[in-house]
Amino acid sequence: MTQISERDPNPADTNGHEQTEFLSFRIGESEYSVEIMSVREIRGWTKTTSLPHAPRFVRGVINLRGTVLPVVDLAMRLGLDETEPEDRNVIIVVDVGSRVMGLRVDAVSDILSFTRDQLQPPPDVATSSNAPFVKALTILDDRMVRLLDLEVVLPTGEEIAA
Amino acid sequence: MSDPMQEIMASFFVECEELHEALIDALQTMADGEHDNETINVAFRAVHSIKGGAGAFGLEDLVGFSHQFETVMDACRSGELAISDELVQLFLRCGDMLSDLIRCSRDGEPCDTAASNALITELSAFAGAEEAGGEPEEAVDFQPMTLSFDDLDDAPSGGDGLPDLPPLDPLPPEATTEEATPSGSALIVNFKPEPELYESGNEPLFLLRSLADLGHCDIKLNFTAPDNLSDLDKLGVRLGWQVAVETESPPSAIDEIFEFATGLCQLDVSAPESEATANTANEDAPEPVAEISEVQPPAPLAPELPTQLTESTPAKPAPAAAPAPAAAAPAATKTTAKVSPTVRVDLERIERLVNLVGELVINQAMLSQSIAEESIPPNSPVAAGLDEFMQLTRNIQESVMMIRAQPVKSLFQRMSRIVREASAAVDKSVRLVTEGETTEIDKTAIECLADPLTHMIRNAVDHGLEPTETRIANGKSRQGEIRLAAAHRSGRVVIEVSDDGGGINREKVHSIARKKGLVPEDASLTDGEIDQLLFLPGFSTADEVSALSGRGVGMDVVKTQITSLGGRIAIESTPGVGTKFSISLPLTLAVLDGMVVTVAGETLVVPLNSIVETLSLTESDLRPVGPNQVVLCVREKFVPVLDLGKELGYRDALSIEKGAIALLISPEEGALVAMLVDTIEDQRQVVIKGMQESYGRVRGVAAATILGDGKIALILDASDIAQSASGVKFDTARKEAS
Amino acid sequence: MNISVLAVDDSRTMRDMITLALTSEGFDVELAEDGEHGLEVLDGIAPDVIITDINMPRLDGFGFIDAVRARDDTKTTPILVLTTESSADLKTRARDAGATGWIVKPFAQDKLVRALRMVTG
Repeated sequence: MTQISERDPNPADTNGHEQTEFLSFRIGESEYSVEIMSVREIRGWTKTTSLPHAPRFVRGVINLRGTVLPVVDLAMRLGLDETEPEDRNVIIVVDVGSRVMGLRVDAVSDILSFTRDQLQPPPDVATSSNAPFVKALTILDDRMVRLLDLEVVLPTGEEIAA
Repeated sequence: MSDPMQEIMASFFVECEELHEALIDALQTMADGEHDNETINVAFRAVHSIKGGAGAFGLEDLVGFSHQFETVMDACRSGELAISDELVQLFLRCGDMLSDLIRCSRDGEPCDTAASNALITELSAFAGAEEAGGEPEEAVDFQPMTLSFDDLDDAPSGGDGLPDLPPLDPLPPEATTEEATPSGSALIVNFKPEPELYESGNEPLFLLRSLADLGHCDIKLNFTAPDNLSDLDKLGVRLGWQVAVETESPPSAIDEIFEFATGLCQLDVSAPESEATANTANEDAPEPVAEISEVQPPAPLAPELPTQLTESTPAKPAPAAAPAPAAAAPAATKTTAKVSPTVRVDLERIERLVNLVGELVINQAMLSQSIAEESIPPNSPVAAGLDEFMQLTRNIQESVMMIRAQPVKSLFQRMSRIVREASAAVDKSVRLVTEGETTEIDKTAIECLADPLTHMIRNAVDHGLEPTETRIANGKSRQGEIRLAAAHRSGRVVIEVSDDGGGINREKVHSIARKKGLVPEDASLTDGEIDQLLFLPGFSTADEVSALSGRGVGMDVVKTQITSLGGRIAIESTPGVGTKFSISLPLTLAVLDGMVVTVAGETLVVPLNSIVETLSLTESDLRPVGPNQVVLCVREKFVPVLDLGKELGYRDALSIEKGAIALLISPEEGALVAMLVDTIEDQRQVVIKGMQESYGRVRGVAAATILGDGKIALILDASDIAQSASGVKFDTARKEAS
Repeated sequence: MNISVLAVDDSRTMRDMITLALTSEGFDVELAEDGEHGLEVLDGIAPDVIITDINMPRLDGFGFIDAVRARDDTKTTPILVLTTESSADLKTRARDAGATGWIVKPFAQDKLVRALRMVTG
């Protein structure tokens, strides 16, 4: 498991020309990324404890050093094919607002650096059901990297209560 | 936490809460008709101490109000003012105001001075003729007593009437006279102690030294020798000093030094202008016998005096007659017998301790388990040591939980205020009866309950109780009663708010719900179901929004608040007799005794206190009641059976067969339900880990815990599961009243 | 040697304030919560000076002063009455009981210290 502790104290949100770092990871054949500022740590896959009445994309909860960490299966959340978790899968622990959650992804690929200017809004014509979760796109070395909107990815109170 | 004054101030506000609680207690006792002295004293002292502290921090609104409050109470204490019900009610309202002022002062918010002034006016009206607000008293202070030289010359106070004695001359006559003529900035102080001065613990030497601190002093001893040597023991009475002080300080500085001696001595301070007079006076006065240029000389004489004097003067019989138990107190009752000192601790630190103790409990459980697996003989030292360790762990855990637990009393007191205000607002006479004030619940829960309880009490006063005329017409007492009770019941805290009003008007509730489209037009509902409508969002029975409880907050909000605490709320209502709301909360303990079970491959923990019994089902227990339904016959009762796996959404329902294992749960008093599980693993203590913050509330789940293998197991809220279970209905209305 | 003070007050805030005001000035402070308790403390220590509140449960300031003056060992110990009252009546009563002087609450630290130094020399 990798601790990411060195962070730029100044979030790079301010200026479109500044380089911002993103953590990119793979789900199936697609590449996604999140701002590295929201990543707390990356853990190896651990079996989760299921939660009753939870939406399907909520895998359950794991023990994160004595606290209860809910884990979202990102593939299922994005409407991709469901896969059985494997040991080489990872859980990316993210910090969104006051909530901390784990995201199950296939594998972490890279730490990318690009400027906000390089980001494009996602095309209006949603090609897949994951459209609402992608807030921007960029092309990097001929690869398309989708930037996820974590606020939307995490389950809402209504989804939990459902 | 670094500024000590800040800390003391924080502590003051905590103390204020305690004092306010004592005040309301005492006033409540008075309202119940007991007007004994001690009760009034307690009330008075509480306000007095609040005023004292407030003064220290310059909280003027608080000082001003508590002063007026205290003044009127003092008049009651001394019997000048008769205590009437009306006055006690006013005191109670003042108590409420005091609480507001304390809060405002604490939070640095502006106070509602109009309201407090109105109360002050009412208070003064009571004090009225006697005291006129008690203001003049404040101005009175000890005025420095000024004696004329004539008095001094005659020195009649010695009591011997022998002022004109030949001077005694203990010091060489050439002792400096020139400095006795002070410079222009000198003050002449004539000081002659009375015997009482020595008895009060004052010491002329210290007074003279303090004078010397003001500037250079010339001190002359005036000694009136007795004509009879046997009177020498009354020496002190015969000593006086004339001091010339060269100082820039104003005469008031001298007054300050002699403040405590006021009335215990003859004192005259004269400024240079009056020097002529002073000199003249001096000529007539007994010759100065000693001229002392430093304060030191009187020392050998003076320190001896007080003891001699007090022993021999009959002037003050008080000490001898004083209650002597103290002096005679056996040495056995040594210091610090009664004090239970307190320490203020950050809540965060306690949280940390609670968590650590939780870890300790888990750790101990794991250790026990591995020792059991090692098959160590039960009487070995290791096993004995482990037993002791378990005992200690349990003790530590209990002590830690006690730190956070607080009696609900403070909460109930706040409610008594709500009753007073609410009943005044709707002009109903209401009595609040409280029960179980000493019931302790977690501090956090107390704070979270204040809002929902306030709302429920307001509702009870406003809607629960009938208008006075209706009560009388129905043969009820004029005064309505609201009961607030707390108790520990089967591992939960139950708080009940009940009224002796007309009960829920179900017809009206039903029709409103229909009108608002909350229920289908043609639905026929049971009484219990109708009562539950009150908890629906957007429901309000008030025809018109009343100023009191119609603030757009309905019982649905109350229910949400209670649910967010992991609690439940139930209604019971009987037409013409009254309505009772019962809130049941889990004890928010960090550790609980649980039964570890498995269901559909998941490991779950069921709190032990919710389990009545574990059952292994036999053929004869099971009774089919429908095509796919089975009930259990236990204790001569038919009990519905649920599959926990299905209720939690882990699997489709199992067919219920003999040999199945079930937990018998009592979701409510009198109700039973059996829950099927796959296996029972273990019974052990687990640490509660909240899930609400990280995820949200999950139906049927109270919290989570971490098992010995590091995996998370969910702690079930068995009652919640039972109540929300499909196909099972609990008629709460039929539930027996406790 | 430090001047030792026994402060008797039923208000925790007052006790805290006195302790703060005096310990920073090098006094040794012992505390008691009411008159009874004060007398118990006096069985164990002999302070140079006593400060006492008037309104207290169990044994009030007047009773306490009376009892202190009745003991051989504290007959002449200076006693300062610490009270919010500035009324002449209370002062007279305190003095009749044998008090040495008084400090009106709220007190200024320097004034309290000055008064203590004065009555203890």
